Amino acid sequence: MSSHASHADDHGDHHHDPPFWKKYVFTTDHKVIGIQYGIVSLLFLAVGFFLMMVMRWSIAYPDRPIPFLSSMPWFDSWLDNEARVGGDLYNMLGAMHGTIMIFLGVVPLAFGAFGNYVTPLQIGAPDMAFPRVNMASFWSFFIGGVMMLASFFMPSGAAKAGWTNYSPIATITDTHFLNLLWTGGTQWLLAMVFLITSSLLGAVNFITTIINLRCKGMSWMRMPFFVWAMLVTGFLLLLAFPPLEVAAIMQLLDRTTGTSFFIPTGLNVNGMPMDAAGGGSPLLYQHLFWFLGHPEVYVLILPAIAIVAEIIPNNTRRPLWGHHTMVYSAMVLGFFSFIVWAHHMYMTGMGAGVTTFFQTVTVLISVPSVILITSLMISLWGGSIRFNTPMLFATAFLPMFGIGGLTGLPLAFSELDLHLHDTYYVIGHFHYVVAPGSLFALFAGVYYWYPKHTGRYMNETLGHLHFWPSLICMNGIFAPMFLQGMAGFHRRAVDGGAAYEQLSHTPALQWLGLDMSMIDLNIVTSASAWIMAIAQVPFVINFFWSARMGKKVTSDNPWQATTLEWATPTPPPHGNFLTEPVACRDPYEYSVPGADTDFTPQWQPDPSGTPEPEESPVHH
Amino acid sequence: MTLAFLNDLLGTPDVASEHGAQVKNMAEVVHWVMAVLGVGWGIFVFYALWRFRAKRNPKAIYSGVTSHFSTHVEVGVIVVEVVLLLGFAFPLWAARVERIPVDRSKAVKVRAVAEQFRWTFHYAGPDNSMGLTKLRSITSANPIGLVEQDPNATDDFVSVNELVLPKGRTCVVQVTSKDVIHGLALIPMWIQADAIPGKEIPIWFVPTKTGEWDIVCAQLCGQSHARMVSKLKVMEGKDFDKWYAGQNPLLPKKP
Repeated sequence: MSSHASHADDHGDHHHDPPFWKKYVFTTDHKVIGIQYGIVSLLFLAVGFFLMMVMRWSIAYPDRPIPFLSSMPWFDSWLDNEARVGGDLYNMLGAMHGTIMIFLGVVPLAFGAFGNYVTPLQIGAPDMAFPRVNMASFWSFFIGGVMMLASFFMPSGAAKAGWTNYSPIATITDTHFLNLLWTGGTQWLLAMVFLITSSLLGAVNFITTIINLRCKGMSWMRMPFFVWAMLVTGFLLLLAFPPLEVAAIMQLLDRTTGTSFFIPTGLNVNGMPMDAAGGGSPLLYQHLFWFLGHPEVYVLILPAIAIVAEIIPNNTRRPLWGHHTMVYSAMVLGFFSFIVWAHHMYMTGMGAGVTTFFQTVTVLISVPSVILITSLMISLWGGSIRFNTPMLFATAFLPMFGIGGLTGLPLAFSELDLHLHDTYYVIGHFHYVVAPGSLFALFAGVYYWYPKHTGRYMNETLGHLHFWPSLICMNGIFAPMFLQGMAGFHRRAVDGGAAYEQLSHTPALQWLGLDMSMIDLNIVTSASAWIMAIAQVPFVINFFWSARMGKKVTSDNPWQATTLEWATPTPPPHGNFLTEPVACRDPYEYSVPGADTDFTPQWQPDPSGTPEPEESPVHH
Repeated sequence: MTLAFLNDLLGTPDVASEHGAQVKNMAEVVHWVMAVLGVGWGIFVFYALWRFRAKRNPKAIYSGVTSHFSTHVEVGVIVVEVVLLLGFAFPLWAARVERIPVDRSKAVKVRAVAEQFRWTFHYAGPDNSMGLTKLRSITSANPIGLVEQDPNATDDFVSVNELVLPKGRTCVVQVTSKDVIHGLALIPMWIQADAIPGKEIPIWFVPTKTGEWDIVCAQLCGQSHARMVSKLKVMEGKDFDKWYAGQNPLLPKKP
């Protein structure tokens, strides 16, 4: 890109009026692909949420018929004779809730949508390095998603062996169906292959783009933290996903062709010896799964931290505190995330040596995490804080992610796992990280970047109506889980843990003056979840209404921000920038002493003369 | 004795085993660390949000925090974590998995064999020597696959869905499975282990209270996972001996 202007002209010549399907469907424009990812993943989040609401009915009221759905012609075939949620349906909902929320909801929204839309803009690039690979990535994701959804409509129903799909249960479930290909378990594995392929294509593209397509002056340390987080996330996906792709294919062979990669010798199912060679190891699958599974956690959280790291400086009107330290922390975090996976497996008979290693690195990984979150908190100090909707969500992210992070501490120790492993404490912990954590950050991102694409703000009143009930409900859902977990309630029970009634000590609730037992907390959680659904209505209305009726922006930089995405027209045209952008300074130069305004954008030329980049970036 | 303030607040169950108190104490200590950090951060964030709101502080300060206080906090966190690892986590876990009591002839030996959807508890019998088992030898009459030719197996007996143990004696339970992965969670004993086919995972503990509790399955194992509930019964030693002596061997007596 020797001259950006001529590049834009090229586009003008060739793409004057591409047909609809080329402009909005099979597009190679990173922004449209970002929007595609965004809309599809928001829909999947809604699907995953719906599955969870059904589960929560069964957990709260295991003996009562389910309302509304029991009369729906397709859904009622899944329910038992008394219109209740049975074990198989519950397991199906649970497995698909996890799968959809992680692989089809949060990751594509964080990495696919925001990553695609924002990254090239923030580094001053005209598009991703490989636009067609980008398109392939989206469509591979889309196919995987459709397969996951379609598996609900097969005679067997969708996969029902947990989102972790452990062997041997995943291998033997629903094998009594004549055509194994059209069962949920098989479709899950095939769909995962598509989803993983999509992530790998995306990862390669992000890494190449960030390394090669930075504009003039955009040295490494002038990159916003968001771009850094995308780079680290790209490497996580690139290096962690292949083992799971391999595991999925091996498990597929176990399931369909009778191999025994993960099947031990002499398995006895339903009182009958299983027809398999044996000699495999179920633990091998767990290792392969969690080798992805743990870095995946950081794929869920790093982009979220990064979105918050963009919004906080913008709304405190002062630089991000510890920008460089945060960059190094993200790298360390990325590295450590590859060597902590076995802390998910403390209960599989681990000796002292192995747990010593994994406990140590698990505790060590808290150090970069603490640095990241304290940097964000300290950034507030000395600011002139304005509380618009993006900032509300970004602010709430801090304590919510804080709770999620802190409750990971006991789980890092194998000794405490003797009590807490596979209990609701674990569920509460990781949901605080990814629900009021990641999801709040993603909502903040939607409210923050919405004006860039539509030229209109989202409505503030509806934003408040979305934020406050969501904040209360999120805590109503997940806080009781810590109490139930400490009481010993294990997860994945369709009856919400009826077996634990005798263990239900209630001091915590007595302290609060509540006359209820631990198992009654299920009702608090479920009710919070259903109210939470209503709390999303203002967001949905806002999302569509504001596109046409929202308050118009008066400039291309409505939040008076400093990073390069705000230097583009609104919305950014194909090719993004009208003139070749140059990064003249660090990304978060707010309230610079002596400056005319309280923000000095990266693209604003230095009044003292020509910009001198601190290091020479790659030219293209 | 156990440290109890936060544990009570959180509603942790009673401890009915020797090592359980250690686990519970550790939980108390770790939760205090979390509480101090969480409350400290919370006060900082809410104070900053109030003090630096745009109305009160219309002009932001470019330099922000310049002290090294956060570094001290970070170092403090690391020191506490090292203490937790070296003082609690490593030695306690080593005691669980490396120092299984040597005097095993006196220990109660049980194998917990999981299947969809029940537990079969296999006792070593009066000779206190566990008989050989093979998955291939499983029949409906011999659900754990005891090998008939093994002399140690002749007096072995099973108890379906009821784990009976004596108070005050070391109990060693080998956890395994016949089909899929299950999990043996003995909540009042503050111990659990996965039941993985093809693998036997030993756990050991000393019950300190008599009583009756539910045992639940800790790993998703299929349709009736939630209903895979067994009983844990801890009796006084002499009651246990009487019960133990009254059990019939699983294998029919050889003529």
